Amino acid sequence: MSLDYFLTVSVFTMINTILALSLNILIGYAGQVSLGHAAFFGIGAYASAVLTVKFGLDYWLALLFSILVSGLIGLLLGLPALRVKEDFLVLATIGINFVVVSVFNYVKFFGGPYGILGLPRPKLFGIVFNTKIYALYVLIWTTVVFFLVRYISNTYLKLGFDTLRENEDAAESVGVSSARYKMYAFAMAGLMAGLAGNLWAHYMTVVFPDNFSFPVSIGILTMVVVGGVGTLFGPVVGAVLITFLPELLRFARDYRMLIYGFIIVFTMFFMPKGIVGSMKERIFGETPLGRKYIEKVRRVTGS
Amino acid sequence: MLQNVVNALVLGSSYLMIAVGLTLIYGILKILHIAHAGVYAFGALFTVYLYELGLSMVFAISFSLIASSLLGAFIYRGFYKHVLERGRIVPLVMSVGLFAAMEDLYRLLWGPYKRPFDVHLILPDLITPNLYLGSKGILMLICTAIVIFLLYLLMIKTKLGKSLRACANDLNLAGAFGIDTDRTITYGFLIGSALAALGGILVGLYDNTVYPTMGSVPSYKAFVVVVLGGFGSIRGAVMASYILALVETLIVYKFGFLLPRDAIAFLAMIALLMFKPEGLFGKVQR
Repeated sequence: MSLDYFLTVSVFTMINTILALSLNILIGYAGQVSLGHAAFFGIGAYASAVLTVKFGLDYWLALLFSILVSGLIGLLLGLPALRVKEDFLVLATIGINFVVVSVFNYVKFFGGPYGILGLPRPKLFGIVFNTKIYALYVLIWTTVVFFLVRYISNTYLKLGFDTLRENEDAAESVGVSSARYKMYAFAMAGLMAGLAGNLWAHYMTVVFPDNFSFPVSIGILTMVVVGGVGTLFGPVVGAVLITFLPELLRFARDYRMLIYGFIIVFTMFFMPKGIVGSMKERIFGETPLGRKYIEKVRRVTGS
Repeated sequence: MLQNVVNALVLGSSYLMIAVGLTLIYGILKILHIAHAGVYAFGALFTVYLYELGLSMVFAISFSLIASSLLGAFIYRGFYKHVLERGRIVPLVMSVGLFAAMEDLYRLLWGPYKRPFDVHLILPDLITPNLYLGSKGILMLICTAIVIFLLYLLMIKTKLGKSLRACANDLNLAGAFGIDTDRTITYGFLIGSALAALGGILVGLYDNTVYPTMGSVPSYKAFVVVVLGGFGSIRGAVMASYILALVETLIVYKFGFLLPRDAIAFLAMIALLMFKPEGLFGKVQR
């Protein structure tokens, strides 16, 4: 592996980490299963592309706006979640993903199937970010997001999410507005996924609809579940594994997706709580803290 | 106008085949069985493979249907059965993994390219001044009619149908009343998978091509029909297939909508879910 190739894979891994962390807020914390997460990712990327290429905005302003826009749209897309639950929500989010990609694909303003070309690389104090600096830049963002999520895990917000996930009706009955916490979850997930979209778009310097379609959403969900739903480190482990795995499997060329698919299937078979979840259970299973943790995971996964 | 309605009927029939099987499975197990579309593609690809080996069409289709239904039963027995106790996300993700592996396996076995499915049917084409319906469209309509009739007989008249309905109503209760739920679910998978494969074969015939990824759009499109029809209601799925096809076709015809028809279907689904979360023909759950 040459250095540039390694850095590129690392950038993708870190961007996927941000995506997985944000989806985990929806699924693991708030209990809202979404299969349309790539839509937020895409909105962040396209917002930034439109702002910089079509309106000639500076990168840093575009960064701010693209995050805000995807957070806002995240709020809007969260609206169906107020009405529908569980499997219905999964299907609604699949639909949202599909509609968003169709809009990118068929509306002339967004450049159709070839997308928007020529996004600028970020520039700071006259230094244009090359691959090395960009990797560092993405690393900083990933760290920020990670600690933000960690911070959230210890606040009242998390408690609100917990009650929402456990039992929506019970949450309502003790005065926790499930609608409000659902909106919070969707807005936060939208903000973070938008950031990931921005980082992706300005690394690739091009955006096109295919990269935000349904299979990508599935990939993100897979990272979260394989890593461990509801855990802090799970999404990180999942993202690293799922992004690096295909690269490591490159020697197997033709059998790549086959192996990948079966790894997912067998992880679910033997470690239904994900890698981090199952490891924690095995290592800390006998301690009081471990039992408390297992109880929590059991409630999240419903097993 | 008439032409559009007829086109919609054919399109609706193609939705119906895959959606009915999915409804059967969803109705009982309440899992999102995405790999169902993998079975759909398998049916079509395996038929073409057998046909190219030199088997006659009827034999190729029969063998393929049997193989597909066994594949479906294997997916249940080998995979889903062991993770049903572990919540809803685990089977879903497993299904996704299966689907990815299946598509890749087809690509390895039968090549990544589109293959022609060139068969001459004995049925005549229907051509009048303001209507054209090819023989393959006629075949699809006939097959659908037969399938609906047989399904009706199965669900209403036979013991298996009763068990299936009982399991769909409440799996645990059905088990408590002495129904062998495991066997019933397996039969559900056998029947549903055969229907999906038949749908794949007919669509392959109609479009004249089969390819490894032909299941990727139906994999979630079929769920739109299942949702619209009200989860688990077969009658609802039948109605929803035709209504959806009709609405899609008419909207595209009348307004020349900007977005593709699949997007319209999803918009309709989201709108419906917002106002009537139990689907068009569904009962209120809980």
